[in-house]
Amino acid sequence: MICGNHILSWMTFVPLIGAALIGVAGKSSARLIALATSLVSLACAVAVWAGFDPGAGLQFEERFQWISILNIDYHLGVDGLSVTMVLLTAIITPLALLAHWNQDRDEKLFFFLFLLLQTGMFGVFTALNFFHWFIFWELGLIPMFFLIKIWGAEDRTYASFKFFIYTLAGSIGMLLAFSFLYFATGTFDMVELRQLATSGELKAKVAEFVVGLNERTGLGLTAAGFTTALFWGTFLGLAIKVPLWPFHTWLPDAHTQAPTGGSMVLAAILLKMGVYGFLRIVLPIFPAQITDNIQILMGLSVASIVLGAFAALAQTDFKRLVAYSSVNHMGYAMLGIFATAAVAGPEYFDEKSAALGGAMLQMFNHGISSAALFFMVGCIYERTHTRNLAEFGGLRKIMPIYAGILGVSMFSSLGLPGLNGFVGEFMVFKGVFPISLFWACLSMIGLVVTGVFLLSMMQKVCFENLNEKWKSLPDLNCREIFIGAVLMFFMFALGVYPSPLLDASNSAVKGLVGLF
Amino acid sequence: MTIPLGHYLILAGIIFAIGLAGALTRKNAIIVLIAIELMFNAAILNLIAFWHYKQFAALTGQMFAIFAISIAAAESAIGLALVIAIYRHYKSVDVDDIKSLKG
Amino acid sequence: MEHLDHLAKQQWLIPLLPLVAAGIQSLLPRGKRKLSAGICLLAMGGACALALRAFFATLGHHGDEPVRAVWNFTWFAFGNTSLDMGFILDPLTAGMAAMVSFVGFWIFVNATGYMHDDENFTRFFCFLSLFAAAMLGMVISNNLLLMFMCWELVGLCSYLLIGFWYFKPSAAAAMKKAFITTRVGDVGFFIGILLLYWKTGTLNLYTPDGTGALQQEAIAKLITEPYFWGLTVAGFIALMLFIGAMGKSAQFPLHVWLPDAMEGPTPVSALIHAATMVAAGVFMVGRMFPVFTASSADWVMDFVMWVGCITAVFSATIAVAQFDIKRVLAYSTCSQLGFMVMALGAGGLSAGQFHLLTHAFFKALLFLGSGCVIIGTHHEQDMRKMGGLKKYMPITFWCYFIGYLALSGFPLTAGFFSKDEVLLQTFYKNKLVWGLATFAAFLTAFYMTRQMYMVFAGMWRGGDHGRGHGHDDHGHGHHGGHEPHEVPWNMWLPIAVLSVFALLMGWLGTPWLKGNLFHHYVAPHEEAPHHSNLVLWLSIGVGLIGIFLGWLIYGRNTMVRATDADPLQAKLGGLFTALNRKWYVDEIYEATIIRLTMACGTLFRVFDKLVIDGVLHAIAGLTKALSQVCRWIGDELLINGGFDASCEGVRGSGSLLSKLQSGKVQNYFAFLSVGTIILVVVYFFKQ
Repeated sequence: MICGNHILSWMTFVPLIGAALIGVAGKSSARLIALATSLVSLACAVAVWAGFDPGAGLQFEERFQWISILNIDYHLGVDGLSVTMVLLTAIITPLALLAHWNQDRDEKLFFFLFLLLQTGMFGVFTALNFFHWFIFWELGLIPMFFLIKIWGAEDRTYASFKFFIYTLAGSIGMLLAFSFLYFATGTFDMVELRQLATSGELKAKVAEFVVGLNERTGLGLTAAGFTTALFWGTFLGLAIKVPLWPFHTWLPDAHTQAPTGGSMVLAAILLKMGVYGFLRIVLPIFPAQITDNIQILMGLSVASIVLGAFAALAQTDFKRLVAYSSVNHMGYAMLGIFATAAVAGPEYFDEKSAALGGAMLQMFNHGISSAALFFMVGCIYERTHTRNLAEFGGLRKIMPIYAGILGVSMFSSLGLPGLNGFVGEFMVFKGVFPISLFWACLSMIGLVVTGVFLLSMMQKVCFENLNEKWKSLPDLNCREIFIGAVLMFFMFALGVYPSPLLDASNSAVKGLVGLF
Repeated sequence: MTIPLGHYLILAGIIFAIGLAGALTRKNAIIVLIAIELMFNAAILNLIAFWHYKQFAALTGQMFAIFAISIAAAESAIGLALVIAIYRHYKSVDVDDIKSLKG
Repeated sequence: MEHLDHLAKQQWLIPLLPLVAAGIQSLLPRGKRKLSAGICLLAMGGACALALRAFFATLGHHGDEPVRAVWNFTWFAFGNTSLDMGFILDPLTAGMAAMVSFVGFWIFVNATGYMHDDENFTRFFCFLSLFAAAMLGMVISNNLLLMFMCWELVGLCSYLLIGFWYFKPSAAAAMKKAFITTRVGDVGFFIGILLLYWKTGTLNLYTPDGTGALQQEAIAKLITEPYFWGLTVAGFIALMLFIGAMGKSAQFPLHVWLPDAMEGPTPVSALIHAATMVAAGVFMVGRMFPVFTASSADWVMDFVMWVGCITAVFSATIAVAQFDIKRVLAYSTCSQLGFMVMALGAGGLSAGQFHLLTHAFFKALLFLGSGCVIIGTHHEQDMRKMGGLKKYMPITFWCYFIGYLALSGFPLTAGFFSKDEVLLQTFYKNKLVWGLATFAAFLTAFYMTRQMYMVFAGMWRGGDHGRGHGHDDHGHGHHGGHEPHEVPWNMWLPIAVLSVFALLMGWLGTPWLKGNLFHHYVAPHEEAPHHSNLVLWLSIGVGLIGIFLGWLIYGRNTMVRATDADPLQAKLGGLFTALNRKWYVDEIYEATIIRLTMACGTLFRVFDKLVIDGVLHAIAGLTKALSQVCRWIGDELLINGGFDASCEGVRGSGSLLSKLQSGKVQNYFAFLSVGTIILVVVYFFKQ
């Protein structure tokens, strides 16, 4: 299907154009240009969402030859897996920009990097060729590195380097794996690779490649072992991004040190890139390898849920606590994804669809609620310049609106029914429970501990006695209320009526489930 | 009587040797310049001698000799000028004192 | 039935009204108190009217067909299937909804008085309306998931309202404790839901075509399949659901949150922590009763009964030694919930639900009465500092007195009939449980008599000494030394209305009028236990003995000063302290579970910091070390060293050669000459 218009390209590259404009424009207009371009992208994303046909497969495809000698096409498109993420990216970025509306240090550079980041994120969610997918993947890394390094808090150097090097190191495994896949199959195209994998040709081609490799190098590789190595290479790159326990320790540092908008985007979207990678790459291309290692993978997911929650419980830093809640929440999404591969055959089709659909929903929901929580942390940090939970207390008295929005976000994150977090978690559990009773029950410890640490956070920030130091803190202003209100709208709307998102992803989910 | 070619050549050789010895050993720059002129003249003497004894129809040898003499004149003028300039600078015409190009 | 179907379709309107009211409240400015209260009362009244309409529609059907109408719809689709939800109208729902909205309405009225001076008046009514909406939603849901969602939402409102005076650290701790403790139970509930969904493929309880989770087909499937711990699937589901109920209905050992929940304003205690929300667990067990009875071959029902029994006795003993007027009632609520659970465990759906209904009325009455007392005594909650209030607050006293009689099981009051049903139910099931329950009934009569004497008899002990302890300071400031006064009409009217029900409602469930009406209404197919004179007279007996003992200890010589020791303390000694400290359950939890959880938290935090980051830093360090090695050996030694050496060579040879450059023209000339000579010599030798 060739679409006449190039809406996805426009959506992706408008921020780049905006970034260039910021480069030549004056200091004071940087934020306006940034907001305007991100709104144009939002409009494109909404148009894509509106024109998206839930029943069809890939849509809005754009494809033309790029580097013909390497058989690399510029190939864009969205399906049920990516359309929600595109929408999420488009929604969160303007809000994150608004959160920095009063940025007063190096604002040109700041907004420039932010728009660059947006291009990277859109690119990852729309690219269907690994080659430029990877370029965008790394493109998302660099602006974020500078955002943390330049505008971060006190430990920004350590955090930014840890974030950058850790993620980069992970990407190398993935790049290697894909290079080998390319040598074996001659294509970087994800759609083609998926078809090859489904039809079994991929296995044959890799086997052939391994035979050739053995002849040339004298190594005694087996095809199965080689494919497993490719799988783990890809896994490493994505698992660090997600992040799965025990690859998560960059996240609390990076989130804690990043500026507010950076944390919002990092938690809401960059983490999703990892999960999306699992959906787009790992599930279709390495189904057998997931199934072989399913207990390890589910174990790591549950470890993320439970250990992430426990670690959050012991934090004294507001932002770090919220960061750990991300580890915890992404664990649910990963559990849902891996549950799809846990048993073969069509017997648990609906359960698997529920788990995977729940994971998709969880991704979106976490994007909303974590962005809100990080924004809330940012608001209070801006006012008090501390993130130490022990220094807060009783803020509800002086900042009732703040406390209200924080409360709603907190309960959304906690998975309170009626708010968005619940539906995703319920679907994941609905799917995982019959498939793997053991892991499902173990991860329910996480449900309780999540409640404990979030409520403790609320208690320490908003309740009890007011710290006299903060007696005269102003409540949220209109701009901040607006950001909170937009996010809260999604929390309420999706909590009551999750159908639009579920319907959009359903056919893609069924397609993935059908692979097992 | 004819003086054989060899005598001219021996004379030229003696003049050249005197010039060379002067140029290498004397310290006064003007003397060195004069010594160089001597060597020049030895060469010119050779030119004329060979021209004469080889019976060349053309006046090439003479022409060269005159050319060389005029150049030598110009050269010695420049040389003297340089020596004066050096003297102004170094207050000396001793060639051993002038060694700012030493590596 | 068509009329019922029609009404079932409109069931959602009942919770919608308070929900809309809550939405409006959340946007109202703080000052609009009258408007706020008006909207809420209107919504609640509307909900009550709708609920009553539905209730009356369910009356008077005496066919074999169960009176039940459902209306199901699809919430969302996934995979090739969808998640359905629905609303139900049957006697259980109708009775409960009518009770909740009716009692709720009067509690709202009372709250307008109780919260009169609070600056967050509108916020309070917002939460309260939201609670009513969630509670009514739970009651009318025909779907376990919807029920769970509303269940959690009532938990949320309970959380918000317990912590309404959030600036008090005790309230902030209590709200968290309530939410987390019930969430522990909720995990069980959640597992039960998931298992039921998996095994039956639906969460709708009833469907018109008989595929609901509680209908024949599904239940038959559930009881045939064995599962963990010697239970069938049905048994396991029942067990898990019951764990959820234990959390919500404050059953031992998850009862700890309820007494602390008294930190909330008193109308909240009345509505949420006495009449409705805490009964949600009992209601849920009643709603899911087919699963429970289907598993009657398993030990689950016995487990339910024993948990109820232990809770009933356990909390009753604690209530004996409390001094806070609301805490006595809170433990009494625990104990009474134990009675309901016990009845359900003994197989008596109607007995349990009947006690739920009557208890809701008289416990709401007692709590509102205690609220009146607290307002009347200017925010005093310590019973030792009360006394003699009968004189100052006659209306409150008489209403409270009726509630007291009902709770003590005084003959012919509401509590008497319903408690009798419970005891009868257990009598035929298990004599030991029945004995313990009778003992709990005795304790109930005793501690309520104690409370009555401490609060209303004797002389006023409040006033000038020992203030500043145990009172709500929400804007009232101190009125130390002021005499108690009667409360305004909007506070006493509700308790007056409720006391009528507390007095008379029991006749609905009496076996003496042509059969038990309530039983026929709620559970027509359940076999009613035979009437037993032994149970009846023993129940009356222990009630009277309890009252007599209470009079003996507290009534003959009333306390004179607030600092007087409790007469019981002298008789029981250390036991009294243990009771007063609630058998040290909180302390035990603090020392074990909470400490363990926090330790786990610290452990994994440190694990991240030390082990995982340690490994990372080790890898980073190793890389750095390797790069240092590369730098020293590769770059510094070989590459830089080699380059430097060759540079050095060039420079050396240059300086060597530069020696030739003497700067002396004659030297050059000498070289030139020697060179020329050599060339000439070579030339000649070459020839």
